[in-house]
Amino acid sequence: MRLELPYDEEDLLAVRAGEEVLLSGILHVGRDQVHRRLCGALETGSPLPFDFRGSAIYYMGPSPAPAGHVIGAAGPTTSARMDPYSPMLLEKGLRVMVGKGPRSSAVTDAVARYHGLYLYAYGGCGALYSSCIRSSRIIAYPELGPEALLELVVEDFPTICLIDSTGGQC
Amino acid sequence: MDLYEKLLEELKRAVRILPPDVEALIMSARSREESALGRMVLDRIAENISAARSGPVPLCQDCGMFHALVRVGRSCPYSMAEIGDEITRACRDAAEEAWYRRSTVSDPVYDRVNTGDNLPVVFNWELVDGASVTADILLKGFGSENCSSVRMLRPTDGEDGVIGAVLDMVRAAGGKPCPPMFLGIGIGGTMDKAAMLSKKALVREAGSRHPDPRYAKLEETILERVNSLGIGPGGLGGCCSALSVAVETCPTHIAGLPVALSVNCWADRKAHVEVM
Ligand code: SF4
Repeated sequence: MRLELPYDEEDLLAVRAGEEVLLSGILHVGRDQVHRRLCGALETGSPLPFDFRGSAIYYMGPSPAPAGHVIGAAGPTTSARMDPYSPMLLEKGLRVMVGKGPRSSAVTDAVARYHGLYLYAYGGCGALYSSCIRSSRIIAYPELGPEALLELVVEDFPTICLIDSTGGQC
Repeated sequence: MDLYEKLLEELKRAVRILPPDVEALIMSARSREESALGRMVLDRIAENISAARSGPVPLCQDCGMFHALVRVGRSCPYSMAEIGDEITRACRDAAEEAWYRRSTVSDPVYDRVNTGDNLPVVFNWELVDGASVTADILLKGFGSENCSSVRMLRPTDGEDGVIGAVLDMVRAAGGKPCPPMFLGIGIGGTMDKAAMLSKKALVREAGSRHPDPRYAKLEETILERVNSLGIGPGGLGGCCSALSVAVETCPTHIAGLPVALSVNCWADRKAHVEVM
């Protein structure tokens, strides 16, 4: 099935664990350091660099863009490292996470409680994902280099739902 | 010596195109995999392999850490310094010219500042007979390297102990190292020697068997047992969890049995160069 980003929360309810989901639209990118900073901002009440409502976050740090390309290889990194931060982001309105590998039970519980989704992106498929990305720009923390917070526009970006909004898993 | 030129070309290829033995094992897994999700993962991996072959974008954004295993012939006319410098220069220039992501940080605990050039190279040297120099460079991704580890078994633990230790480590890895995996196992020596041997095992032709039939059998048994864990491609379940198991051994102490496992992802990228 297809999921347009940003989404309405109701759109997420139709997605079932085990289904292939093609994402199109705006996808935010952040990994370890971005998560630490987002949670830091939430704790101190500082403004967030993007609106969590309708947003999806992709765990990724690209390779440099070759001449004439929007971005380099852009496959997922291991989601488990984001586990300590994800429940807080879900509580504050973020609903969709994209990465590779299993999640902790705390994350699974939070996905079910807030009716979100955890989507698996194909591990190691950096060149394939690069070809699904139409544009990329840094929206915060440029000093983090390949770990900066990015806003991508993607088209038919392939994922598989591993945890659905009811907490169903595959 | 044309080590620099040859290695530079090999490294520019290695980040985009898998060695033929590795690619052949991935392709053959597609017809064997029983789980539907597992097959979906293998199909996307195949698409990714052709996308990277047809353009300048690397296979995976984690272009790894350069790990060099260098075999220097006893009668080779070049010094270790000359060989090491050429390898380092080839790695640095390949990272620049082939759009590698820079993933190396200067200090492991405190600074963690990116070195900006993917250096230093991790070197392992071996003295061998003959006059040639052979360099095998792994582009060692860290999603999989984080699943590598060493166990110090009891000398009496034997074959069952080795199999049990490897299965424990692979079970703990699960879907994290981007399966289907390529496994290198080092047995014997000291703790560090076993670890080094596990990397040496990874540079062997994927799917080849150890010359000693007992170890060849051990490789087959481990491969079978790993594939019955059900991890599957991408960790989404299935029978193709690992595609190759290679064991390398060396003498050890009466009191010990070190076993090291180096886990590599399906993106088992490497460069191989031999110069006379
Ligand atoms: S484990 Fe390997 S294939 Fe997966 S992201 Fe890391 S380097 Fe790439």
